[in-house]
Amino acid sequence: MSSTHTANPRMTLTTEGDTHVVVTRRFNASPEAVYRAHTEPAIIQRWLLGPDGWTMPVCIHENRPGGKFRYEWSNGKGQGFYITGELIALEPGSRIVHVERMHLPDPTPDNHIETTFRRDGNGTLMTMRMTLPDAKTRAQMLATGMERGMEASYVRLEGLQLD
Amino acid sequence: MFILIADMQNLDSTFAALADPTRRAILARLALGETTVMELAKPFEMTQPAVSRHLKVLEEAGLIVRRVDGSKRPARLAPSGIEAIDQWLGMLRNALARNYDRLDQVLAEINPNQGGNPQ
Repeated sequence: MSSTHTANPRMTLTTEGDTHVVVTRRFNASPEAVYRAHTEPAIIQRWLLGPDGWTMPVCIHENRPGGKFRYEWSNGKGQGFYITGELIALEPGSRIVHVERMHLPDPTPDNHIETTFRRDGNGTLMTMRMTLPDAKTRAQMLATGMERGMEASYVRLEGLQLD
Repeated sequence: MFILIADMQNLDSTFAALADPTRRAILARLALGETTVMELAKPFEMTQPAVSRHLKVLEEAGLIVRRVDGSKRPARLAPSGIEAIDQWLGMLRNALARNYDRLDQVLAEINPNQGGNPQ
């Protein structure tokens, strides 16, 4: 499976080989600013939210190599889930390496993620490369992510007025 | 019109087939290529009859096709299965895109002097 979606030219989502998922996105901000948005809890809580109506009431992020993090999401209606992870390498303004797993509530196998921030013209090109332990884990992760995406679509549908 | 009705009936069985998270995961796994029941049973920690039952539902919904290979009946995605996977990837993509659109706004707010025109 190798699939690239280019409807939004600023972002790509691609599968690579049997175990990788690669996401790229351009931002009109410096690599330093985009890096901060990925490492400072107060900023993370403002954008890493998923579907409308979801919030991140808990954002613990020990910003140092070996540091742990825990993000908890809630839809305010009793549904929620969380991820935990460890930071492996941090190069301010350019690179983050970490592992994470989702708790649903059983933990999923570790997802190993390298995120790089490169200056690109006046902005930044972010590349997030995920490595899953095997093909089946990647398939399940995509299936789970699809459900969250589907939920977002349903939420949007609910907001539509048909007249 | 007949085609439309046939399509709608197919759509019903498609929804039913995809209502089960295990079947969605099996479909995602088949996106990697043709797979036998035995190869599916092991990673999904299911018995072969249980996998076969899920495959039967997916096959009847037209999402997968199977062929005979000796005593095996390997399964692969049918065109409508590929389409379903593609739509899911599109939805996942949209969910991610939504986060990053929000980040664009946050970046513009937190650091108006940084970004657009680095000195």
